[in-house]
Amino acid sequence: MAKVTVDGVEVEVPNGASVLQACELAGREIPRFCYHERLSVAGNCRMCLVEIEKNPKPVASCAFPVADGMVVKTDSPMVRQSRRGVMEFLLINHPLDCPICDQGGECDLQDQSMAYGMDHSRYHENKRAVKDKDLGPLVKTVMTRCIQCTRCIRFAQEIAGVPELGATARGENMEIGTYVEKALSSELSGNLIDICPVGALTSKPYAFVARPWELTKTDSIDVLDAVGTNIRIDARGSEVLRILPRLNEDVNEEWLADKARFSLDGLKRRRLDRPWLRRDGKLVAVSWQEAFAAIAQRLQGLSGARIGAIAGDLADAESMVALKDLMTGLGSPNLDCRQRGEKLEATRRDFYCFNTTIAGIEETDALLLVGTNPRHEAPVLNARIRKRVLAGSLPIAAIGAAADLTYGAEWIGDGPAALRALLAGTHGFSSVLSAAKRPMVILGQGAVARADGAAVLAAAWEIAARFGMLGADWHGFNMLHSAAARVGALDLGFLPGPQGKDVAAMLGGGVDLLWLLGADEIDTDAIGAGTFVVYQGHHGDAGAARADVILPGAAYTEKSATYVNTEGRAQRTAAALHPPGEAREDWKILRAFSDVIGRRLPYDDLDAVRQRLGEAHPVFTRTDTVPRLACTDMTGPAGDSGGLSDAPFVPFLADYYRTDPISRTSPTMAECARTFGPALMQAAE
Amino acid sequence: MTDQTDAGADSVQPAHFAFDADSEAEISRVLARYPAAKQASAVLPLLYLAQRQMGRLTGSAWVPRAAMDEIARRLGIAPIRVYEVATFYTMFQLRPVGRFHLQVCTTTPCWLRGSDEVVAACRRTAGVGGFGETSADGLFTMTEVECLGACVNAPILQVNDDFYEDLDGPRTEALLTALKRGEVPPPGSTIGRQTSAPEGGPQTLVGPALAAATPPAE
Amino acid sequence: MLSDKDRIFTNLYGLHDWRLAGARARGDWDGTAALLARGRDALIDEVKASGLRGRGGAGFPTGMKWSFMPKQSDGRPHYLVVNADESEPGTCKDRDILRHDPHKLIEGCLIAGVAMGAHVAYIYVRGEFYNEAARLQAAVDEAYDAGLIGRNACGSGWEFDVYVHRGAGAYICGEETALLESLEGKKGMPRLKPPFPAAVGLYGCPTTVNNVESIAVVPTILRRGAAWFSELGRPKNAGTKIFCISGHVNKPCNVEEELGIPLRELIERYAGGVRGGWDNLLAVIPGGSSVPVLPREICDTVLMDFDSLREVRSGLGTAAVIVMDKSTDIIKAIARLSQFYKHESCGQCTPCREGTGWLMRVMYRLVEGRAEPEEIDVLEQVTRQIEGHTICALGDAAAWPVQGLIRHFRPVIEERIAQAKTRPMPLAAE
Repeated sequence: MAKVTVDGVEVEVPNGASVLQACELAGREIPRFCYHERLSVAGNCRMCLVEIEKNPKPVASCAFPVADGMVVKTDSPMVRQSRRGVMEFLLINHPLDCPICDQGGECDLQDQSMAYGMDHSRYHENKRAVKDKDLGPLVKTVMTRCIQCTRCIRFAQEIAGVPELGATARGENMEIGTYVEKALSSELSGNLIDICPVGALTSKPYAFVARPWELTKTDSIDVLDAVGTNIRIDARGSEVLRILPRLNEDVNEEWLADKARFSLDGLKRRRLDRPWLRRDGKLVAVSWQEAFAAIAQRLQGLSGARIGAIAGDLADAESMVALKDLMTGLGSPNLDCRQRGEKLEATRRDFYCFNTTIAGIEETDALLLVGTNPRHEAPVLNARIRKRVLAGSLPIAAIGAAADLTYGAEWIGDGPAALRALLAGTHGFSSVLSAAKRPMVILGQGAVARADGAAVLAAAWEIAARFGMLGADWHGFNMLHSAAARVGALDLGFLPGPQGKDVAAMLGGGVDLLWLLGADEIDTDAIGAGTFVVYQGHHGDAGAARADVILPGAAYTEKSATYVNTEGRAQRTAAALHPPGEAREDWKILRAFSDVIGRRLPYDDLDAVRQRLGEAHPVFTRTDTVPRLACTDMTGPAGDSGGLSDAPFVPFLADYYRTDPISRTSPTMAECARTFGPALMQAAE
Repeated sequence: MTDQTDAGADSVQPAHFAFDADSEAEISRVLARYPAAKQASAVLPLLYLAQRQMGRLTGSAWVPRAAMDEIARRLGIAPIRVYEVATFYTMFQLRPVGRFHLQVCTTTPCWLRGSDEVVAACRRTAGVGGFGETSADGLFTMTEVECLGACVNAPILQVNDDFYEDLDGPRTEALLTALKRGEVPPPGSTIGRQTSAPEGGPQTLVGPALAAATPPAE
Repeated sequence: MLSDKDRIFTNLYGLHDWRLAGARARGDWDGTAALLARGRDALIDEVKASGLRGRGGAGFPTGMKWSFMPKQSDGRPHYLVVNADESEPGTCKDRDILRHDPHKLIEGCLIAGVAMGAHVAYIYVRGEFYNEAARLQAAVDEAYDAGLIGRNACGSGWEFDVYVHRGAGAYICGEETALLESLEGKKGMPRLKPPFPAAVGLYGCPTTVNNVESIAVVPTILRRGAAWFSELGRPKNAGTKIFCISGHVNKPCNVEEELGIPLRELIERYAGGVRGGWDNLLAVIPGGSSVPVLPREICDTVLMDFDSLREVRSGLGTAAVIVMDKSTDIIKAIARLSQFYKHESCGQCTPCREGTGWLMRVMYRLVEGRAEPEEIDVLEQVTRQIEGHTICALGDAAAWPVQGLIRHFRPVIEERIAQAKTRPMPLAAE
């Protein structure tokens, strides 16, 4: 530790810390543009200059290491003068077009110019103009505003792992761009907007939409993948205008995936805003009472065995427990949440959770990927893997369809044969795993959503057991989900009960009444012609198209609801606005319907539902935390690893940008799919 | 407004670039100079090789984008890192240039000794309108360069690899005229000076002891 | 006056054979193995005792710089990197060493390599020196063939490789950490310090970067002894130095002389005097473009060494003497230097990237007098806002010539502005 005095305040900081960090510890804010906690230090903007005693020149605090006994001044005449000088230089070629700049009101340059800017310009020469770059459908560029801090270059290179941005030419002609016009091929590109300290990189879809002070800000959780990224929803009136990441070191740090950020224009399109009833083959608008009555009527005389329910990828825990309770009340054991037949086993939580935890990835020393492309299935989690890769040698082997994961991986096979080879010790990576102290395996849904899924699951567990991944202080077996609803559903046991039917059995006429809670990923064409389909959800997607009754629900931005992420971490969304039209929060719909059929669910408000959730599984009461699991029981899942087939693993997500009713409806995501589709195909080759 | 993308020059960009046998031989020598894990060090040498090869094969020594991509591939680095380097250093020509690249130093030491005359002579004789322009016959491109590091022999004109020193307007004209005729005058001082020694001959290093130590001329 | 017997660069003008045979006849590679056998500490001590200060511009004691290298390797190789990126306007001394005395440099590399535990030297030659680099490479090849370097250099048992690496047109690569970046295949952008190259240099390994001349004088210093060298020149400004005399002199030239020679003597004895006589002298930039210009009064008496020139608020720099007679438009001469620094700024640091362009634009307006008198002070302040606020010294180098101009020639600028105001405004309609 080093003792450092900052403006008279003595602080102790670790050796190797920067002067800037010492200043922050001492409670002094240091202005900065190029410095960013999560990026390498560039030291080029020169805004963070401080005075260090016995140093004749001001020092860039972001890059200067502390020394014991150092005396730092952050507000001396030398410091103020230096920063004023830097600010003047930054502004001479800046367009000062704040009134038409989307960064206005949340711009570091604007803010700092209030503190260090002059009230007039002494620069009488022509200002520089820089040609804008086309980085694709998400990031808008106004490069004349760029202050060359190079944060974006470092983000692309270091965090996103797509070294496509650079600074070409030099001196005052230096420009940021891709040199060859191309869209930035990253699923994390929206973060460039956040890290750009000025208005050079802004959101293209959000261009000229709103000013920050007009927005109502609601802290919430993203549900478009299973990471549980913490977000802030910015809304105005009845519209979500912007979604930004919130800091959560354990989950997403400060990153947000593009689908989560930019799908919001899907939230106001093709919405189910009133109940519908199919009459004579055509859906007609009806009242809630009429819709409920039609369902109640169809239920008349049906035994529980002929009724089924499927929970979709975006379903919240509150509505799932309500639906489960409703089905139980109706005597139905036919529940399932594994829309695409994933052979998930819920007998034990560590069979289906990401037990290492996302932050725990940073501790691993060998990684095996099975049937997964985390870059698409969980971009933010993938960034954590990349972070671990950058921290130092991490051997990675992957089994499945080769893809560019943004870091190097050895593709050791495209199917289960590679699992057999690892178990038999005939593949070289076996010895890597053996030598590792904290190895981990990540199993994607593509590994289990197949006929031999249970065998793959069992084989993966055997690998975990065999190579020391299951220990008292380390659980290296990980299931990576891509659906936000899934772990919560499994925790609730939204699975076939005794003699219950799974998704496949419910299709093809297996039930006479099928309740789809936002279930759009099943093969709706396979639903029996005679099956009466209730679709409860928020978008007119596949499920609604097949429905006999449509009950309009709320999207995740419109309800306070619980989701459990792939780690098993329960988190809650908050309603940023009301559901459109007559749509309602989903658990309330089920509660209301239960009343209609005289089987009233025993909860009248959200607290009561959550109490019920807590009874179903304690995880729902421990929100925002996840215990680091130890593996106490080496017994594996029920499947037999002898049943492995030779069929190659196929990518679980066909198109990263269109995976659910919201993103499929989003014009922005459609544009992304058009732009990046061919590139993705290429990357997979 | 500057435009650093090469999009405007797409029509001149060849679709492919491959190093030829001469370049390949040199590449293997170059790569041996750097540690195996540090082959990125060879970026500048390989850019030079690409530029020389273009000069050898097409008469215009420049670096097409396809060559930069090939270099990135060979060295295992991202193409943007090669673009950055190629645009940072002034000696890489990212658009075609004339057969003779006239690089006129106009920095103060050359300017004091008449680099304006050299520039004027280049315009007149080579037929280039200004800096960055190529003559209609494709023979000459004139570039303004910063100090060439031969200031006691100012003013200097670098033609491709060679320095022509102690120039004035007429001698520049004579040089360019010779180049047009297909002659390449010997580089160095154009007034017969012994390298950086003062005009009229050295005043130092003329002692007999030194002369005795001198073996016969090559 | 320095006599020829005390000159180190005896083939400065290329009158003699540059090859190994010629170099040997001039005393190079003579008893090198015995020099190496003195051992690392003795070599460093001798260089320290000689008082040799770096010849690249900063004047840092060479022996001390070598002593910063770790005494024991922690497994990382050590590197010697020779800075032959000679690009400071006015400077053309290293060029003569590369083309006329390359073996002095190569032998110096070997000795310095042993002194700092390096088995590899890279010589980074500016790209424009194509022919000079080719000649140096030929000399390196000769040295390998003769066993002077290579697996068992000079029979000393020390393995030593020398590689020639060409730059590609970037003055900034003369800054040692920018040079290392460039050598690693990147843009020449100076690194943040600390860490310094002796700790983390080329490829993350301990590295010392020395100027060509600093390294090339070492074998002679060791052969003739530190005392011989330190007695030349002036106290703390020991030895000989190659001076480059350019601009408005009758006979521009390079010459090796003692440090501390009076500027006037240097110009008059070796460069044939100022064009039109000493009284026709306007100003001299005494140490390459980065150092402030000196007016005639100071030139009359100033001595050419590090400390004397510092006393008159200029510097020895690279000892490149740029002479300007009274026909010179001094504002334009300095404006052209501002253009140089604007062109060579790497663009990394805000003050330099933005400030060098600002300086240049104002300077060119001042050439025409298109300015208000108050702008001279603004210009001065802008130079202060650049100076000392950047990662490397290019910002300082851009600031100093303008500061020197304002310090010594402010009346000229004011007069230019006043003249411009008396000129009739051109009528737009005509």
